[in-house]
Amino acid sequence: MSKIMTMCDAVARFVPQGSSVVMGAALESLIPFAAGHEIIRRQVRDLTLIGPISDMLFDQLIGAGCVRKVIAAWVGNVSAGLGHNYRRACEQGIPHRLDVIDHSNFTISLALLAGGLGAPFIPTHSLLGTDIPGTNPALRQSLSPFGGEKIVLVPALQPDVAILHVQRSDENGNAHAWGNLGVSEEAALASERIIIVAEEVVPHHIIVSDPNRVIAPSFKVCAVVREPGGAHPSPVQGHYNRDHEYYHDYHRATRTVEGNVEWMNRWVADTKDRAGYLQKLGKERWQSLQLKEHRYAAPVDYGY
Amino acid sequence: MPRPWIMGTEMDYTPQEIMVAAAAREIRDGEIVFTGMRLPLIAFALAKQMHAPGAIGLFEAGLVRDTPAPELLYTMGDPPNIAGALWATRMVNMMGLLQRGAVDLGFIGGAELDRFGNLNTSYLGNPKSPKTKLPGSGGAADIASLSRRFVVIMAHDKRRLVERVDYITSPGFGDGQGWRERVGLRYGGPSAIITTRCVLGFEPSWGEAVLRSYHPGQSVASVRAETGWDLRIAKDVHETGSPTPEELTIIRRYDPQGFWTR
Repeated sequence: MSKIMTMCDAVARFVPQGSSVVMGAALESLIPFAAGHEIIRRQVRDLTLIGPISDMLFDQLIGAGCVRKVIAAWVGNVSAGLGHNYRRACEQGIPHRLDVIDHSNFTISLALLAGGLGAPFIPTHSLLGTDIPGTNPALRQSLSPFGGEKIVLVPALQPDVAILHVQRSDENGNAHAWGNLGVSEEAALASERIIIVAEEVVPHHIIVSDPNRVIAPSFKVCAVVREPGGAHPSPVQGHYNRDHEYYHDYHRATRTVEGNVEWMNRWVADTKDRAGYLQKLGKERWQSLQLKEHRYAAPVDYGY
Repeated sequence: MPRPWIMGTEMDYTPQEIMVAAAAREIRDGEIVFTGMRLPLIAFALAKQMHAPGAIGLFEAGLVRDTPAPELLYTMGDPPNIAGALWATRMVNMMGLLQRGAVDLGFIGGAELDRFGNLNTSYLGNPKSPKTKLPGSGGAADIASLSRRFVVIMAHDKRRLVERVDYITSPGFGDGQGWRERVGLRYGGPSAIITTRCVLGFEPSWGEAVLRSYHPGQSVASVRAETGWDLRIAKDVHETGSPTPEELTIIRRYDPQGFWTR
């Protein structure tokens, strides 16, 4: 049964108000910006955002007033540093107050890994002596029942939905992703369901020709959205490079509340969908991000 | 963003370039290095081509490399960093290597640092109502907790180098001697702080930063004037070695537009 649908339908059906959502699981690449923008257009409220670092997608969702709580290791703008919307929310309650639950990259990984394993928690030696457990009461210091040494217990997270941008998928959500994966697999396994956003939708036989490259079991996938360019300005290996300047432009534009509204109107509210967004971006800029050369992997033999 | 240039005797270079050169010198041949963001990415490329051809770079997003990326990186997830990598994988595998004790050296950046090398990249002021909300740990707290040693790269002024950080994101030597052991950290700690003005080292036995070298154009007095505590001076304090022409050539070949280094 095909799970193909539009981004509009996928978000309307599977990201209701109050959901907990993982995005940006691969870290700086494969960030599902198109999905985030659809969430903003639909004005979904009271979300809990979960991710390691989110680059500027979390900042945008916060600035648009969609977010109640952030469970993350880092929120900002990787190119420019601080995220203005995140700062305004935390420092001035604009557009409203946020609950911030601090993690490190390792502990958010372990929380999702535990969630996917169905384990209550995973212990770590990280974060001992830091103030992070003070701003994340879920992290608990304890002693190992085996060696007696100090450890931090990281309780499992089981988000409602993980939104993963990938290179290609079949219409059932059997999806290939490559490059650094960050916590993509952990997020997919921990979450109740998965939305796959794919650069390309390909026939099933292409996916099963290389099962080691599959990112998650397709029976957990609830929607497949074909969305070329859907990760821009983040990069997609083998498809397009990172648009560094776009991050700096956003940083400058969102310095003030008014500037943020203007940016949101231009790139999100007054843009119907990702195709419209890419049109606004312009052919020339989009061209400049395309591959300079292909670097194909050698085929592998699954013969028997 | 144009920055003031340091006028050297033989060659002019920027504060960022001397920081990259100093950071590269912290990498020993054959070491496993958690490479971090921005300047350390260039330091890794420099060290590989100078004195540490056997160094291996780990990137927390899930990458291992034994060669520098063929192009300047803006983030660790840029496509040139993935092409030709030794391994592209999951973050837990990178962090697992770190926790397993495999990582000799990690690089992190800092917004606020104190005399015991603790770093704050989370909250200025009270976390409940922060004066400034900084982005948070990312992987920095893990690197500071779990690498065999770590090096900090940061801008140097009185507001950033403070007596006591408001919040410990990444643990240095806590409140001094024996602290890491007391809180349960098994090893590690900062080995150098490379700033825009100087290099600080640590006396591990008492865990406090000491001025190891000041960059050309700086002095013991100018560094102390811009440090928020009564900074101790190493007995053998000296001027930081300028980047050599060869080092500068490599840095500028790698960052021809000066995106990170000018």
